[in-house]
Amino acid sequence: MTKKRQSTEKIMKRFFFSVAGASIAILFLIMAFLFMEGLPIFKVVSVGDFLFGHYWYPTSDPADFGIIPLIIASLSVTALSSMIAIPLGVMTAVYLAELASKRVAEIVKPMVELLAALPSVVIGFFGMVIIAPFLQNVFDIATGLNLFNAALMLAFMSIPTICSLSEDAIYSVPTGLKEGSLALGATHWETIVRIILPASVSGISTAVILGMSRAVGETMVVLMVAGGAGMIPESIFSPVRPLPASIAAEMAEAPFRSDHYHALFAIGIVLFAFTFFFNLIADHIAHKYRQVGEASL
Amino acid sequence: MKKQNGLLTTVLGLAMVFTVSAATAGDIVVKGSTTVLPIAQEVAEAYMKENPETKITISGGGSGNGIKAIIDGTTDVGNASRFIKDKEVKLAVEKGVYPVPFGVAYDCIIPVVHMSNPIADVTLAQLKGIYQGRIRNWKDIGGPDKEITVISRDTSSGTYEVWEEKVLEKERVYPGALLQASNGAVVTSVAKNPNAVGYIGIGYLNDQVKPLTVGGIEGSKETTLNGKFPVSRALYMFTRGWPTGDVAKFINYVMHPEKGQKFVEKSGYVPLY
Repeated sequence: MTKKRQSTEKIMKRFFFSVAGASIAILFLIMAFLFMEGLPIFKVVSVGDFLFGHYWYPTSDPADFGIIPLIIASLSVTALSSMIAIPLGVMTAVYLAELASKRVAEIVKPMVELLAALPSVVIGFFGMVIIAPFLQNVFDIATGLNLFNAALMLAFMSIPTICSLSEDAIYSVPTGLKEGSLALGATHWETIVRIILPASVSGISTAVILGMSRAVGETMVVLMVAGGAGMIPESIFSPVRPLPASIAAEMAEAPFRSDHYHALFAIGIVLFAFTFFFNLIADHIAHKYRQVGEASL
Repeated sequence: MKKQNGLLTTVLGLAMVFTVSAATAGDIVVKGSTTVLPIAQEVAEAYMKENPETKITISGGGSGNGIKAIIDGTTDVGNASRFIKDKEVKLAVEKGVYPVPFGVAYDCIIPVVHMSNPIADVTLAQLKGIYQGRIRNWKDIGGPDKEITVISRDTSSGTYEVWEEKVLEKERVYPGALLQASNGAVVTSVAKNPNAVGYIGIGYLNDQVKPLTVGGIEGSKETTLNGKFPVSRALYMFTRGWPTGDVAKFINYVMHPEKGQKFVEKSGYVPLY
């Protein structure tokens, strides 16, 4: 009997190990493929010219492969959308976890999560046909398809991620900490600001960074509403062309294994580097601010 | 080691069987330009209805890929929205392949503006100025005092390539132009923006946007066929050498005025006759 249980244990262990191993191996193969297809472009342009060149004309003759306008577009769209999404997402999470009555929370939480279920193409279309003309009328600008519109739509998409992960973090702050604070005479508000938020900061920052990763990698929305101009933006109402939008728009027409094709994969490498970097930060913060003892998350 | 070799041989063998079967009689493989794709699809469907013993597989992938597939022999028919380039001809001849072009339809690209825009006509030179970012305001070409929002297709699209050649005369589009990924997206953004100008294939023209005449000439089936409209091009199907058998039958079907060409019109392009 014991023997049988032990052998089952062993088999299960091996089974799960091989499943985990396979997914990691596949991820590494994809990464290897990305580098294999992207690196040949650096035989044509130098890394410096690629990363800091001002003009992206991959099909002209001679071609220009400079992606600095695309990088700046991606970063500014992500930064602006974070500025909108982080306060909204975290505050909603605090409200849901601490302040809302049980009934309200039960209605609001699924609604926020429903936002995450909206397909990005729907959000993009909404931004294109409703928000763009609206922005154009209100601000009297040349086009509503711009950085601001893209940031708004991306904020819509990252709020549910930020909100529900933050809420989980806040919710899992041990009751003991909260009760201790209240017992010492702190008000509810003081408890939230001084005890609950610091105790859940690791979870909240992971939520924020994951939300930002989502915004920097999102393709459909920026393809539809960012405007697509390969210029360094002059204001938040300038049309821009983030990295994923360029890949999505051009991959279908780029001749297989041409310079243009390799350049698009090289953009993929840059994008990969960004999200990888974001995740490293998230990991670092999660470790650094991990609460010990009762409050560990 | 030996076992591995065996496996490798099997895999290679299987791969060869598949490649060969793709080119055997009764089956036609069509690849290439996404612009020509709707035509190929419509025509192939009708052809297969009339010739049920023939199976046609169609995929997109861009003009460059279509021509490359002809050179490599991985397709019977390669679609292209442009003519073959010298570099490609050289490559083909080196490999002993003689690509044969068949013009199967015409496409004309029409500049469009918002319905409320009073401008009805532009010259080619004005269009060039607008797309190079030299003309920034509608009042410069006789319109209202409003900044022009320039909408273009992304630079790798075949439609853009024609625009670059015929309107920009190989100059580059100005980097502040809004690049849209499809004809449909151009229509939507022009329809929603009173200051916008864009360009679309004739098949996408609808009553949401206002077509402009270029130098007094309206873009239509007639002006494309008689060569008067300046921004038009031919669409091609390339075969590997002079076509024989089923491929020849298929190409003849595409060119037939009563058969294939009917579907060219149906898919929004200008038929040959």
